[in-house]
Amino acid sequence: MGISATITSPRAPPPMTPRPWNGARILGAGLVILWALIAVALTVFLVHRWIPAYAAEYGPRYLSGVQTTLTLVVISVGSGALLSLPLALGRMSKRVVLRKLATLYLAFFRGTPLIAQLFLIYYGLGAFHKQLDEIGLWVFFRDAWNCALFAFTLNTAAYQAEILRGAIESVPLGQYQSAAALGLKKFQAFRKIVLPQALIVALRPYGNEIILMVKGSAIVAIVTILDLMGETRYAYSRSFEFQSYIWAALFYLVIVEGLRSLIVWIENRLTRHLKR
Amino acid sequence: MDSDLTWLGLGDSGYGDEIAFGMLVTATLALATLPVGLIMGFLLAIAKQSRESSLRLAANIYTTIFRSLPELVTMFLVYYGLQIGIWMILRWMGVASAVNINSFVAGLIALGLVFSAYASEILLSAFRAISNTQYEAGDSLGLRRGQTLLKIIAPQVFRIALPGLGNQWMELLKSTALVSVIGLPDILRQTGLAARITGDAFFFYAVACALYLLLTMASSIVIGRMERWLKRSQVV
Repeated sequence: MGISATITSPRAPPPMTPRPWNGARILGAGLVILWALIAVALTVFLVHRWIPAYAAEYGPRYLSGVQTTLTLVVISVGSGALLSLPLALGRMSKRVVLRKLATLYLAFFRGTPLIAQLFLIYYGLGAFHKQLDEIGLWVFFRDAWNCALFAFTLNTAAYQAEILRGAIESVPLGQYQSAAALGLKKFQAFRKIVLPQALIVALRPYGNEIILMVKGSAIVAIVTILDLMGETRYAYSRSFEFQSYIWAALFYLVIVEGLRSLIVWIENRLTRHLKR
Repeated sequence: MDSDLTWLGLGDSGYGDEIAFGMLVTATLALATLPVGLIMGFLLAIAKQSRESSLRLAANIYTTIFRSLPELVTMFLVYYGLQIGIWMILRWMGVASAVNINSFVAGLIALGLVFSAYASEILLSAFRAISNTQYEAGDSLGLRRGQTLLKIIAPQVFRIALPGLGNQWMELLKSTALVSVIGLPDILRQTGLAARITGDAFFFYAVACALYLLLTMASSIVIGRMERWLKRSQVV
């Protein structure tokens, strides 16, 4: 027993005052109940409409659609990352021509819808069929899958270049100077000092870009590619079951939320040394 | 190139007037979605900072769903879902008739849902950037909560949120191209029709890209002006 007990004898905490049912609480409870009702209604709908033949026919197709979507995103984000480095360097270059060219590229791919870029490449390049055939590229651009990969790579490269530029510019000048003071060559300093620090800044925006690509990739369904959205449209057009779209929404929700938590985990892991 | 330019002419032989109409449709859709999305996003942002955990939960579920779904999926869910829903209600009331939802309305709802989800997050972080003393100052001036929110907090929130909202506006402008898939005669659909009829797809899709570029560039100029105008009180 400390001295405090002799001065003030221990007392029970004051009784909890019941939370009043004010406007905000009623509204909040109502909205949560509404969401719960929607969830129940969706579950009932999906269970009620559960057709074994439908699941057997389209279930595997959905899974292969997920695979196609993820493959498309992985390849285009990966090759976009390679392409984004020269673009970001060009954008920051001291040479006016280089900078103007990079700026033009970025303005075009960031200022127009991805779907218009895809159409321009997929439908538009058909006009240059003969010229492309002569240099042997027509085999590549004849295929919708290659066109989609090409369009997505060019598009994400532009966004990634801006992310990279912002991240590189966020590294303070002192870092360059201390690298120079240590006798590191320019390229060494960039690779070993600047880039690692820039990439940590770029982590969150990169994650968002990957998520945007997963969501944006749904448009390839329009140029006949059977990704998750493509399989959904196929299933809907053959069965006229509205559940096709609900299943697609659930799949996308799981993929995107899974990616989001993965990115948060990676970020926490990589920034351990920055936390106190 | 000569024939390309005649294709852009007005009247029966050219597609210039059709494409101009498409541009009008695109701009109208984006401009009509903006206030809906902003008001909804504002309400969501307020709900997310409520002391009521249930209100926060409801708002967060909304954001999670509409930020995770691809716009295209949201659009088809709204387009077909509304049609089936209204049809079921009508059947229940004893009216048997098929309904067709206007693609403009479906696009507006779908884009509004997505825009408000993103806007609410931007506005929320802007709200958090405003110090508590601003509310207290409002209280001490004898303003009611709603007045404080509208006259003291909201102007500052918009100034802080404007760059983020500007980016989101660009995304909205570009997302309108997706509504062409459900038949809205916007830039992409009109140029697509012209491309199919004339066979010169590259030219017409390039025109479409140029028009979107025009819209986004014009927007960025306007947003830049607005940012400067809202910052005019911060001159040091």
